[in-house]
Amino acid sequence: MSVNLQSASVSVAPKAGLSPASWAWLGITPFFAFAILFLILPTGLLMIGAFQDANGSFTLANIVHLFQPSILSSYRISLEISAASALGGAVIGFLLAAAVVLGGLPKWLRPTLMTFCGVASNFAGLPLAFAFIATLGRTGLVTLLLVNLFDFNIYATGFSVLSFWGLTITYLYFQIPLMVLILAPALDGLKREWREASDNLGGGSVHYWRHIAFPVIWPALLGTTLLLFANSFGAIATAYGLTGSSLNIVTILLYAQIQGDVLHDPNLGFALAFGMIVITGVSNGAYIWLRTRSERWLR
Amino acid sequence: MKRNRFGAWLALAVGVIYFFVPLIATFEFSLRLRRGTYSFDAYEIVLADPRFQQTFGYSVVVALATIVVGTLLVVPTAYWIQLRLPRLRPVVEFITLLPLVIPAIVLVYGYLRIYNSSSWLPMTNAVWSTNLLLIFGYVALALPYMYRAVDTGLRSIDVRSLTEAAESLGAGWPKILFTVILPNIRPAILSGSFLTFAIVIGEFTMASLLNRPAFGPYLQLVGANRAYEPSALAIIAFFVTWACMGLIQVFGRGARGSSADTR
Repeated sequence: MSVNLQSASVSVAPKAGLSPASWAWLGITPFFAFAILFLILPTGLLMIGAFQDANGSFTLANIVHLFQPSILSSYRISLEISAASALGGAVIGFLLAAAVVLGGLPKWLRPTLMTFCGVASNFAGLPLAFAFIATLGRTGLVTLLLVNLFDFNIYATGFSVLSFWGLTITYLYFQIPLMVLILAPALDGLKREWREASDNLGGGSVHYWRHIAFPVIWPALLGTTLLLFANSFGAIATAYGLTGSSLNIVTILLYAQIQGDVLHDPNLGFALAFGMIVITGVSNGAYIWLRTRSERWLR
Repeated sequence: MKRNRFGAWLALAVGVIYFFVPLIATFEFSLRLRRGTYSFDAYEIVLADPRFQQTFGYSVVVALATIVVGTLLVVPTAYWIQLRLPRLRPVVEFITLLPLVIPAIVLVYGYLRIYNSSSWLPMTNAVWSTNLLLIFGYVALALPYMYRAVDTGLRSIDVRSLTEAAESLGAGWPKILFTVILPNIRPAILSGSFLTFAIVIGEFTMASLLNRPAFGPYLQLVGANRAYEPSALAIIAFFVTWACMGLIQVFGRGARGSSADTR
C-alpha cells in the first residue's frame, strides 16, 4: 500500500492524464512482488530443480527417471481418471445446460439450477469424499438400497468407491456443475434466428446441431472439457479422503514424497511436480486458446 | 421446440438425482450412530469436540485474513490497471490465472523448498510466519476468483470519472480508493470474499503440508478414524458452502442492478 501512496503523490501533481508512465508502474509493485514471491519463484525453482542433480548441476536424469513403471502408472491412473471424469462431466453437463437453456423448460429452473451448480462445484475435497462413502461405500445408502430392493450388490461386481470408477463418479459431482456453469452462457450465444432459419429451410434437429450449433460451440465445449481435465488432475483432497494412500495417483504420490521423500531422491520429486505442471499447463493453455476462438461467434 | 422437452426433463431429472442422492445418503448415514435408531449423536459428538471448535475457528480466522490480504492486493492493482496501465492488463490477467494452472500441491511444495528452515527466508521456522505463509498461499489460490470478481465490478462503474471527480474535490489516493472506489464495488468484493471463504475453510493440502491446525487436516483425521462423524461433518461443510453461495446471490444481485443482466 505504501508504494501506492508514493506513486500517487507523484502523479497527482502534473494534472493527471496518462503521461507519467515512468512512475505509474509503482502502483502495481505489490502485486508483482506477491506474484514473484508466492507464485513464480516457488514454481520456477521447482522446475529448475527438476533439471538438477544433487550437486546442483544440470541433468536430464530426473526426467528420464520419471519413466519408471511405478511413476508412469501413477501418471496413467491420474490421466485416466481425469479424462473419464472430464468427458463424463462434459457430456452430462452439456445435456443439462442444453436442457435448461434451450429445452423450453420453465424459466425459473435456470437460476435455481445455476445456484445449485455453484454450490455443488464448490463442494469438493474431504467432505465430498465422506458424502460418497456414505452413498456408495459398503454400507452406504445406495449400496444398501440396491441390495434390498433389487437384490443387486454393486460390490459383487468388483466395484468399490475406493477404486478408479468410484473416484471418477465422485469427481463428477463437481465436474458436471462446473461444466454447466461455464457452458450455459456459451449456449446463450446460439441465436434463436439460426434455429428458425434452419427450420424454415427444412433442416431437422440433427441437421441443425450437426451443421450449425455444433460448429459454433465446439471450441467452448472442448475448451471447457480441458478445463475439467486439469481441474481433476490437480485434485488431491477428495482422493486422499476416499482412498487414503491406497490409490496410486500422481498427486497422492507427490504428497507422500513431500512428507517423507518416498522416492529417496528430492530432485525426482521436483521432476514429478514438473510433469504435473506440464500436463495442467498444456490443457489450460489449450482451454484459453479455445475460449478466445469461441468468443468470436458467441457474444 | 416441443420435441426437445422430454429429453430436457430427462436430463434435468438425472442432474437432480445426482445432486440430491449423495446429500440424502450422507444425512441418513450421519444419523446412524446409535444402533437401531436414528439420532443426532454424531453431530453432538462432533460439535462438542474441542478440536472441531479449535480447527474450525482457526480456519475461519485464516479465511478472514486471506480475504483482507487478497482485497488489499487485488483492488488497488485492478484499479490501477484499469486507470493507468491498461497495457499491462494481459500480463496481470495471465498471472491471476496461474493458480488454476499450478496445482495447490505443487505450489506448497515450492513454498517448502524456498521458505524452509535452512533457506534465505525461513518462513516455516516460526508459527506466526508459517501462518503468514499459509495465508499468502490461500491468497494465491483465491486470486483467480477474487481478481475476476473485482475486475468485473470495476468495469461496471466509471472509474475514470469517479477518480477525476474525487481528485478535483481534493481527495488523496488512499481516500479515493477507500471511500470512493471500494464502496462502489462492494458487492463484487463481497462475492469474491464469500467464494474465497468457501475455498479456504476446508482446504486440506496446503494446511496439511504446512502442518497447521486447520479444519481440513482435522476432517482428514476424523475421516480416517471414525465411521459416522465424517458424514455429520460433510453435512456441516455442505451448509457452510451453501451459506457462502447464498450470500453471493444476495450481495451479487446488487452488483448487477444496473448492468446488462437486468436490462
